[in-house]
Amino acid sequence: MSDLLANLGLGFSVALHTGNLVFCFFGVLLGTLIGVLPGIGPTATIALLLPVTMSLEPATSLIMLAGIYYGAQYGGSTTAILINLPGESSSAVTAIDGYQMARQGRAGPALAAAALSSFFAGTVATLLLALFAPPLAAVALRFGPPEYFSLMVLGLVSAVALAHGPILKAIAMIVLGLLFGLVGSDLYSGMQRFTLGFYELAEGLNFVAVAVGLFGIAEILRNLENEQNRDLVIRKVTGLMPTREDLKRIVGPVLRGTTLGSVLGVLPGGGAILAAFAAYTVEKRVSRTPEIFGKGAIEGVAAPEAANNAGAQTSFIPMLTLGIPANPVMALMIGALIIQGVVPGPNVVTSNPELFWGIIASMWLGNLMLMLLNLPLIGLWVRLLTVPYAVLFPSIVAFAAIGIYALGSNSFDLYTLALFGGLGYLLVRLGCEPAPLLLGFILGPMLEDHLRRALIISRGDPMVFFERPISAGLLIAAAVVLAIVFAPNVARKRAEIFTEEG
Amino acid sequence: MPERRNDLVAGAIFVGLGLAFGAEAWFALPIGSALRMGPGFFPLLLAVLLVLIGLAVVFVPSGAAETPSGPIPWRGLAVLLPAPVIFGATIRGLGLAPAIALIVLITVFASRNVSLRFAVLLTIGLTAFCVALFHFGLGLPIRLFGPWTGPLARLFG
Repeated sequence: MSDLLANLGLGFSVALHTGNLVFCFFGVLLGTLIGVLPGIGPTATIALLLPVTMSLEPATSLIMLAGIYYGAQYGGSTTAILINLPGESSSAVTAIDGYQMARQGRAGPALAAAALSSFFAGTVATLLLALFAPPLAAVALRFGPPEYFSLMVLGLVSAVALAHGPILKAIAMIVLGLLFGLVGSDLYSGMQRFTLGFYELAEGLNFVAVAVGLFGIAEILRNLENEQNRDLVIRKVTGLMPTREDLKRIVGPVLRGTTLGSVLGVLPGGGAILAAFAAYTVEKRVSRTPEIFGKGAIEGVAAPEAANNAGAQTSFIPMLTLGIPANPVMALMIGALIIQGVVPGPNVVTSNPELFWGIIASMWLGNLMLMLLNLPLIGLWVRLLTVPYAVLFPSIVAFAAIGIYALGSNSFDLYTLALFGGLGYLLVRLGCEPAPLLLGFILGPMLEDHLRRALIISRGDPMVFFERPISAGLLIAAAVVLAIVFAPNVARKRAEIFTEEG
Repeated sequence: MPERRNDLVAGAIFVGLGLAFGAEAWFALPIGSALRMGPGFFPLLLAVLLVLIGLAVVFVPSGAAETPSGPIPWRGLAVLLPAPVIFGATIRGLGLAPAIALIVLITVFASRNVSLRFAVLLTIGLTAFCVALFHFGLGLPIRLFGPWTGPLARLFG
């Protein structure tokens, strides 16, 4: 316990450092600003702002990125409530009842309920992260290459389970991502692989360019598909504070949502989305008045908001302790760490304690700022929704281009950006989600490295993955997940969920 | 059935890319053995897997609902994809300010409903903003005007 307090003390001393505090604030502000803009979710927001944070210290840049993340998440719920346009998939559930509340002139209480539930859930989840991450990292320190390999396989398989759309396509996207991740020099022999003779590719495809192409450029193209129906009618937001009755009604949903979200968020593969859906379903089931759900029930806003924020927070646990991304946002964070020269994995707790605890403390501060910032500024965010898209997307493209060039002064990275923008759009159009591809891209080199090392240790015997108990357990878990996903009734249910959501 | 057409095209892309990666791994890279893996071992494994999954995507109906999508934004594609390439090719020679102006002026026309007046105003405004933010604010080490701009480069470069 005293360890925890000492660690949190260290964390807060880092997070409260003036520079970090300022960047945390800017992160939250920028994240909300861009997250509010319709059609740009947290992944695209982080991908676009990643270059801006690269010149900062590792801890500061991660603190800012984390701020951007929950800012964008919150911005997404704001648009979900006000204009029924979820900025990201996990706030799609919020839109169901939130938008109905807004139509009944109760947008204020809906927004306040979302902010309060998010803050509460964020506080609990941050505490859980501080409690459970270090022991998990201690266990992970005993992992050898076979365990890491199996763990990544489990992560990739779970990513498939929670990806949108057809399962086979999601698996194909992961494998394709793994292959793209291998482009560049081979670590062991120094040979060039898949560089097509371009010496600029010796260090591999630029991660930021790939991510911005897949999520930024492709998303702009997607939005240009139906440009005409973008005129939005926005109601004036009045009477922000929820009534005493409202508050009483959301206590239970928030507690249940937080619990569900915290547990599901740790799962690799995008727990926040699942958490929001599960929380909504649970509330509808335990409610004495299930008929008001879908017609503006404040419980239907509070529970999923608490769940997705808790999930967003606890998804940092596998990222910080194991170096395994639970969702595309965490994949971007890992990419940021690698660019900063920090090797993600269980060593981060011991080798960079100020980074580790600083991020955790800043999460709570970020959530606090989010609440203080958003409730008074709601009028400003509403006005932002009226910015015409013709101003928006040239700004995004210009920022992305400058940011990517600034990273390495390498023109080739911009060609990568264009290529992956086109490829990303093509694949999305064909019903393939880009998120698994990005996960594969990040994990490709690590997966190969651990496979090689494991087989060197075992003298070429692949049974090593099944003989070591932890590794075998992880592989069995992966097989179970795959079996569940392919089971006919689960597959049908899964298709239903994602159709409803889309 | 448009959904099946999507599956066919997606599957074909996976098979094609799998074959391309596999061919280089097989012909150009040492494969090695499980004990001493060569640089081609893991990619070959993945490429074979990608071809197999690609074939499965082609032949096994996914049964998932088709996501509705609007008409293909040809104009957006024609404008947005070359824009970063042009930026990349000209930034060294033109310098930061002209390259930003160029990329904004190009990308704004990805939208169908913009006037020339709007495009010019946005270009001026956004270029000024980016120069202020990235050059003067964040101090990016990119020359404001490059060698291609002649006298401007000597004045501001």
